Amino acid sequence: MGEDSESPKINHSFLRDYVTEADVISTVEFNQTGDLLATGDKGGRVVIFQRETESKGESEELGESGEYNVYSTFQSHEPDFDYLKSLEIEEKINKIRWLPHQNAAHFLLSTNDKTIKLWKVSERDKRPEGYNLKDEEGRIKDISTVTSLRVPVLKPTDLMVEVRPRRIFANGHTYHVNSISVNSDGETYLSADDLRINMWHLDITDRSFNIVDIKPANMEDLTEVITAAEFHPQHCHLFVYSSSKGTLRLCDMRESALCDKHSKIFEEPEDPGNRSFFSEIVSSVSDVKFSHSGRYLLTRDYLTVKVWDLNMEKGPVETYQVHEYLRSKLCSLYENDCIFDKFECVWNSTDSVIMTGAYNSFFRMFDRETGRGVTLEAWRENSKPRAVLRTRRVYTGGRRRRGDVGVDSLDFTKKILHMAWHPAENIIAIAATNNLYIFQDRVSVENQ
Amino acid sequence: MAGAEGDDSLYPIAVLIDELRNEDVQLRLNSIKKLSTIALALGVERTRTELLPFLTDTIYDEDEVLLALAEQLGSFTVLVGGPEFVHCLLPPLESLATVEETVVRDKAVESLRKISQEHSPVDLEVHFVPLVKRLASGDWFTSRTSACGLFGVCYPRVSIMTHTFESTLITAVMHFRTLCSDDTPMVRRAASSKLGEFAKVLELDYVKSDIIPLFTALASDEQDSVRLLAVEAGVSIAALLPQEDLEDLVMPTLRQAAEDKSWRVRYMVADKFSELQKAVGPEITKNDLVPAFQNLLKDCEAEVRTAAANKVKVFCESLPEDSRETIIMTHILPCVKELVSDTNQHVKSALASVIMGLSTILGKDNTVEHLLPLFLVQLKDEYPEVRLNIISNLDCVNEVIGIRQLSQSLLPAIVELAEDAKWRVRLAIIEYMPLLAGQLGVEFFDEKLNSLCMAWLIDHVYAIREAATCNLMKLVEKFGAEWAQNTIVPKVLGMANDSNYLHRMTTLFCINALSEVCGQEITTKHMLPVVLKMSTDQVANVRFNVARCLQKIGPVLDSSALQAEVKPVLEKLATDQDMDVKYFALEAISGMYLFNLPTYIFSETFSFSSILFFFFSFSLSP
Repeated sequence: MGEDSESPKINHSFLRDYVTEADVISTVEFNQTGDLLATGDKGGRVVIFQRETESKGESEELGESGEYNVYSTFQSHEPDFDYLKSLEIEEKINKIRWLPHQNAAHFLLSTNDKTIKLWKVSERDKRPEGYNLKDEEGRIKDISTVTSLRVPVLKPTDLMVEVRPRRIFANGHTYHVNSISVNSDGETYLSADDLRINMWHLDITDRSFNIVDIKPANMEDLTEVITAAEFHPQHCHLFVYSSSKGTLRLCDMRESALCDKHSKIFEEPEDPGNRSFFSEIVSSVSDVKFSHSGRYLLTRDYLTVKVWDLNMEKGPVETYQVHEYLRSKLCSLYENDCIFDKFECVWNSTDSVIMTGAYNSFFRMFDRETGRGVTLEAWRENSKPRAVLRTRRVYTGGRRRRGDVGVDSLDFTKKILHMAWHPAENIIAIAATNNLYIFQDRVSVENQ
Repeated sequence: MAGAEGDDSLYPIAVLIDELRNEDVQLRLNSIKKLSTIALALGVERTRTELLPFLTDTIYDEDEVLLALAEQLGSFTVLVGGPEFVHCLLPPLESLATVEETVVRDKAVESLRKISQEHSPVDLEVHFVPLVKRLASGDWFTSRTSACGLFGVCYPRVSIMTHTFESTLITAVMHFRTLCSDDTPMVRRAASSKLGEFAKVLELDYVKSDIIPLFTALASDEQDSVRLLAVEAGVSIAALLPQEDLEDLVMPTLRQAAEDKSWRVRYMVADKFSELQKAVGPEITKNDLVPAFQNLLKDCEAEVRTAAANKVKVFCESLPEDSRETIIMTHILPCVKELVSDTNQHVKSALASVIMGLSTILGKDNTVEHLLPLFLVQLKDEYPEVRLNIISNLDCVNEVIGIRQLSQSLLPAIVELAEDAKWRVRLAIIEYMPLLAGQLGVEFFDEKLNSLCMAWLIDHVYAIREAATCNLMKLVEKFGAEWAQNTIVPKVLGMANDSNYLHRMTTLFCINALSEVCGQEITTKHMLPVVLKMSTDQVANVRFNVARCLQKIGPVLDSSALQAEVKPVLEKLATDQDMDVKYFALEAISGMYLFNLPTYIFSETFSFSSILFFFFSFSLSP
């Protein structure tokens, strides 16, 4: 991944001028074709962006084809209150997952801490016209003038995007839902909370099957929690879940109905020389993703991102340092709670590049072939549409170059936690607090 | 004024049509449900040219509206002008067959299948077959899944009538083959579940040459959900084939399914086992299915064992008679013995619900020797559900070995269940009491179970006390009023002096239940004095229940007792300080139409009924 070929070019950034807590983006997800991009925020809203097709973008002035524009916005979750436990249930959208295309409409699952909802996003361009008892303005007609029956006729109108809740999967989780994942069979999905994983049928809302339960009989014996879970992209019976202890467990649903016994456990032996008070916290896996091929797993812990081969359980095949320079600052990161940040990680479309987030509006990409990594910055001050993104460097010693940032001047409030990679092209979506940045590879634009 | 009259009759229809697009779903649904009325008013011509095109495009609606629409269209043939024009119904149903909601799609397919019968062979070929082809090659999987359900109905009729028989059939098979190897698992699932049905309408040669390869492919699909549906198809196909072909064509695949890596597929085999057994006949059952069934009973997944355990009785019953007993004794019973001490409660409970049925098949001697020990183990099982299942199936063993022998070992288990800490278990046992009592007889009951029935009356859970009173009523129905007077009534009435007001109320509830079955004499002589005495109880809840009780037993009493004894008490209660007591006393009085009441009490009720009367007369007038 040379800097020339991969320096993405700023294509569009969705910027807002004010920052409120509710505007902070909490999840980003492309659909299967990459034509739609959905974001969820802490205010319970979902915003869907649609990629302009070639025919619509009339010319360069109007906007480059391939640009993403707002398609629909809707309120997915509302703040709620659990009266039995006296707990507030936040409306924050934890995850969004698109369903495989089934007809002209699009379907997505969105979840907050407790309730998963299935939404239907559809277009309509026709509207019925003609009433018997009132005119089009809604005024009631005199009954004596109604002498014949009129059947409404559908007339074309402006395109409207309708979003409707299709199903609500409630009461399945006692703890906070952290992941949802749609199965390759297209009729089931899983949802994971801190201690349990449930499997749902997309058509059935009143029951789900518990497939993993790690809740100990006595909560004082609790030593680890589930942090993320995902289905295998092709094999409907395989899923993986990660834990706060840094382990990955692969389960085979063919073996038994309850998958408490994993079929494979992926774990890296701890280096005794490196052990410290923070070892366990920083080894907690915050995200796990299957590669598109289904052969590899990508995990993120606090300081590194790792690639695992499904055929090798004893350790990762590749490990990349995301921000090793923070190792000396763990104490202060613990004090300001940053050490518990949950960074996501993603694969590119060909599984050759991986990407994950960091602090100071930085995010990192690693080329798996050469092992090289770049640091890029998503920050509105130095990014104008269609500008080429500069690589950045954190100064950690040695000769200091112009533009390098010192470790001490990193801004820990500007974190990049959520991101997504287009399923086929080099387009990435980065959520930086309340801003969404969409970057497109310059090479692929020029080739179009 | 002919014109005005015309408007009047148009008005309701106009409202219905307008409400087809009302914002309120309920009103839209209402209108759709009366679609036939609208169509009738519009006439066949306008229904075809205006209403149906409108409906074809209204697929944006809520599922329940679409579901109602899909259903209506299935019986619309007459309204569009009879079989000649039935093809007009295809476009709206076609668009309904592509929506994402499975129930709507299924209903649309059902309606399409229904109206396919009303097509003439020519129309079928000109209109219906192209529709199926269109759906089968649609862009979205929803339309392709719908297509899977339509091959079975349209081809048999096309093929017989037209000269293009061969080619139509071949294209049908070709389309179905494409669907069976579709990219999306949803379509393969639909194809898999309709394969058996499609096979039924084909000639045997086609089944052998075309369907079998499809079945084999689906049964080894990479998706569990496709493979498990293929099991069912396999059963239907097996039923079609002659005995000599089964071994070569179907059995290898079915054997493989019974040993599939995925427990869900094995579960499906276990679940369909009796159908499978019927389809393959006695020889293959003996050689193949018996070992397969043994394996399923020993499966490592509890869900599979549960499904298999459920089939034990049916499987054994349908074994060929000549070798039935040997097979059960040597092959099945050892597995059953293991299941009795299974680690999973659902397995044991499934077994408990069928195991008693084996006794009729094996006869008295085998039952006493082999099965009885198993029953006893299950009766002492730690899970109440298991014990309960045994008790609720006692009647089949009763027929074989007699209740005496059983009850010796049975009774301790029942007593234990009757005192179970879970009230739902106690409740379930109470429900079996009348049945048991009938089987055991009066003497045995008095000796062993009567005290239990009485103990439930003072249970601390209301549901149990309520069920216990109901139980007493059923017992009296069985054993008669005399028995009641000697055994039950004294104990019930004794509770009227209990210090706990809940127990005193139970007396009243029992009297409510018993008065009718016990008859006038016992009620007037024994029960009434106690009830009347309780009218001075210090707890208001008891007092108003006295009022309710008096109302309830009123019809059983003779009129002299009513006038002389009940009336003064109720009148006194009607002046009680407590609101509720007063209310129920007045209700009892009005319920019995006993007395001439002061009008002010009735004034409100009276005016209300007069309003009702007006209302009725108003709506009845033309």
